[in-house]
Amino acid sequence: MLAVYKDRFLRVLRIAWREMAAFKRRPLLIFCMLVAPLFGTVFFASLMSEGLPSQLPTGLVDEDDTQTTRSIVRVLSAMKTTRLDHRYHTFSEAREAMQRGDIYAFFYIPDGTTEKALASRQPSISFYTNDSYYVAGALLMKDLKVISEMAGLAVTKATLQAKGVPDSQIMGILQPIVIETHPLGNPYLNYGVLLNNLIMPGIVILLIMLTTTYTIGLEWKIGTQHYLLNDLAGGSVPVALSGKLLPQTVIYTFVFCFIDVYFYKFMNYPCQCGLLSMMLLGFFVVLAAQALGLTLYGIFVGQMRMSMSSAALLGVLSISMAGFSYPVPAMTPLLQHLSWIFPLRNYFLIYANQCLNGYPIVYAWKPVLALLIIMALPFLFIGRYRKAFNEKAYVP
Amino acid sequence: MSLFSDIVNVWWNEVKQMFSDLGVIIFIIGLPLGYPLLYYYVYSTEVARDVPVAVVDESMSALSRDFIRRLDASPEAAVVAKCADMTEAQDLMARGEVFGVIRVPRSFSKDLQQGRQTRIGAYTDVSSMIYYKSILLPCSNISLAMNKEIKIVDMAQQMTDREVEIAKAPIDYQHVQLFNPQGGYASFLMPPILMLILQQAMVLGVGMSMGRMRERNGGLALYAGMPGYDNPLAIVVGKVCAIFPVFLVMAIYMYLAVTCGFSLPNLTHYWTWIAFIVPYLLACTCFSIVCSFLIYRREDSLLLFVFMSVPLLFLSGVSWPSVSIPEVWKFVSWIFPSTFGLNAHIKISSLGADLATVGYEISCIWVQLAAYFALACILQRFQKTHADKFKKPSAAIERLMPAEEKDVKR
Repeated sequence: MLAVYKDRFLRVLRIAWREMAAFKRRPLLIFCMLVAPLFGTVFFASLMSEGLPSQLPTGLVDEDDTQTTRSIVRVLSAMKTTRLDHRYHTFSEAREAMQRGDIYAFFYIPDGTTEKALASRQPSISFYTNDSYYVAGALLMKDLKVISEMAGLAVTKATLQAKGVPDSQIMGILQPIVIETHPLGNPYLNYGVLLNNLIMPGIVILLIMLTTTYTIGLEWKIGTQHYLLNDLAGGSVPVALSGKLLPQTVIYTFVFCFIDVYFYKFMNYPCQCGLLSMMLLGFFVVLAAQALGLTLYGIFVGQMRMSMSSAALLGVLSISMAGFSYPVPAMTPLLQHLSWIFPLRNYFLIYANQCLNGYPIVYAWKPVLALLIIMALPFLFIGRYRKAFNEKAYVP
Repeated sequence: MSLFSDIVNVWWNEVKQMFSDLGVIIFIIGLPLGYPLLYYYVYSTEVARDVPVAVVDESMSALSRDFIRRLDASPEAAVVAKCADMTEAQDLMARGEVFGVIRVPRSFSKDLQQGRQTRIGAYTDVSSMIYYKSILLPCSNISLAMNKEIKIVDMAQQMTDREVEIAKAPIDYQHVQLFNPQGGYASFLMPPILMLILQQAMVLGVGMSMGRMRERNGGLALYAGMPGYDNPLAIVVGKVCAIFPVFLVMAIYMYLAVTCGFSLPNLTHYWTWIAFIVPYLLACTCFSIVCSFLIYRREDSLLLFVFMSVPLLFLSGVSWPSVSIPEVWKFVSWIFPSTFGLNAHIKISSLGADLATVGYEISCIWVQLAAYFALACILQRFQKTHADKFKKPSAAIERLMPAEEKDVKR
């Protein structure tokens, strides 16, 4: 009995060795497995090194141009997100600048604002954000809203001071209720933490599914599938496939370790659960992505083109379906159920539970179970694989 | 033979090659037809509504209940649990049943009655920024509204209704969300995604077509001996003539079925759109011909180009503001037609820009078109002059196979 396992183990190693020799002849594979993920990590980390976008160009139309409006403008230009360096004479000039993309928002103070405010005739000011650029629009909305609110409060403050209310009581009248925000786990609202932590695994998972279907399909393409199954693997489908995928498992796990070290040690992104847990999660998700690739190849019995196309489709879609940009609970119920088959979605849930928030792992039992089920899926297709190995030929 | 008949010969051969390969058809027709629909379906709900939050009301006063009632009534958030203390609420957060906790302090009502500032804690999950926004926005709106009412109670001494209204807000203000009035996610992401799909589908399809040519032709990127394939210029023009019309139809389909069909923001001037889409598609065609020289086997195209979509979207400055992109990556982004195409399409379809307004993007696209056309011709010529270097019998397959297996196979 032991001898059988030893024989199988040696066969797996021999196939893995043959696979590594194949990598040497295919620089493209090395590019996809190592160069692209490592370069991508550095690229995305440096792209979002600013953390929260700041100094976004904003326009100003100040038709009133009085001391009061200029003091509003001074406060506005002191805010971090806003860079108030574009002045326009009319509303339509500002609107055209927004269409050109010079500014993401503008602040409009109509003629007579100060006069009306002093005479208690309630003037109206307004601000316009370009929400076709979602992040910039949302961030500027926050700043501009605060300023607009403060403009009114400044008038009230002057009134209260005139009435002789002491300064100590004025804040209690002006702003009795203050909202204290606590963004848990990411206190500076660093977009790098928010996006890079998921985009990079998303790209790696996409590449894993593609290279899995590619390297297996290559056997059919060059016509060595019989040789692989019957001579090298001794007729065992699991031995043939695990031997082929073993080198990739090692390489991609290394890639995940690199990403973890780069993000959590070098970039100092928050990590509540420790580096080792994240590396273990990386290993699990590599296995799940490979299993999904194997499953796709099994579904399309040996059709390299179809299995690679569907791997690409699922891989690209998973970046939307993970729910870190647009949340899954806001999607339609059908998509909410489908989201469980995406390894990245489950990675995201476990990452948020462990790394970002540091909750106990029991609360993440659903995504863990989903990952395990994805890993078990290829066993359903052993029969189809055997048929593919013995009967199917490469279809271009 | 004249240049014109060379072009016609290449064009006819490329069309035949393209439409006899199911893999290529999937990319140049299936992908642009299906993917926009799929993406729209994912984001079709546009905005997140009723994000679940838990409330820890330590004050238990009329004022605190008023705050919670208003929060529940807001479109963004829904109060789904009332917890006795923070530990209980934290447990709900860990279970993923709520995405935020609102804590009203014990002294809430007392502070307000005594004219002191009081603080409501909003603890939010930031695994997605939309949770944060959906909880913070209603909280801040409600606090502003309640502040105004409290201010009046403190200040009002025999005021008329109009005076009260003015005292609440001495300066009124309005926020206008231009061009995407509902702040929707599909309205923001779909216009750029459409253009990205066009470029990526073209790069994938042309790459796969090149892989097929090289596999059948011993690694050479032209059909030696076929009529028309002597002239590099004719090859490139012929290819462009074969690919461009297909994608023009796809772009029109996207405009009609997706932009109009799903009522995405649409302020398009038709002629501006045409003046943009024609050079954009031509630039993408030449760009994809240049990229295809990297491809030696059909499937390599998928491996090399699919994952590029994600960095390309970010480089374009659509999801990450372009002013925050480091200078060096801005130069890199100028390589790709998508950078200008995505922004120009947003400006034309969502912002209603006219030709002068998108002049910068369109002139950049023309420069890219000229550069990639020239580069494609040079690469084609290089194939011809070094044909003996590339042309080896079944080189594409031979290189894959270890020596010992060649005997087994035969």
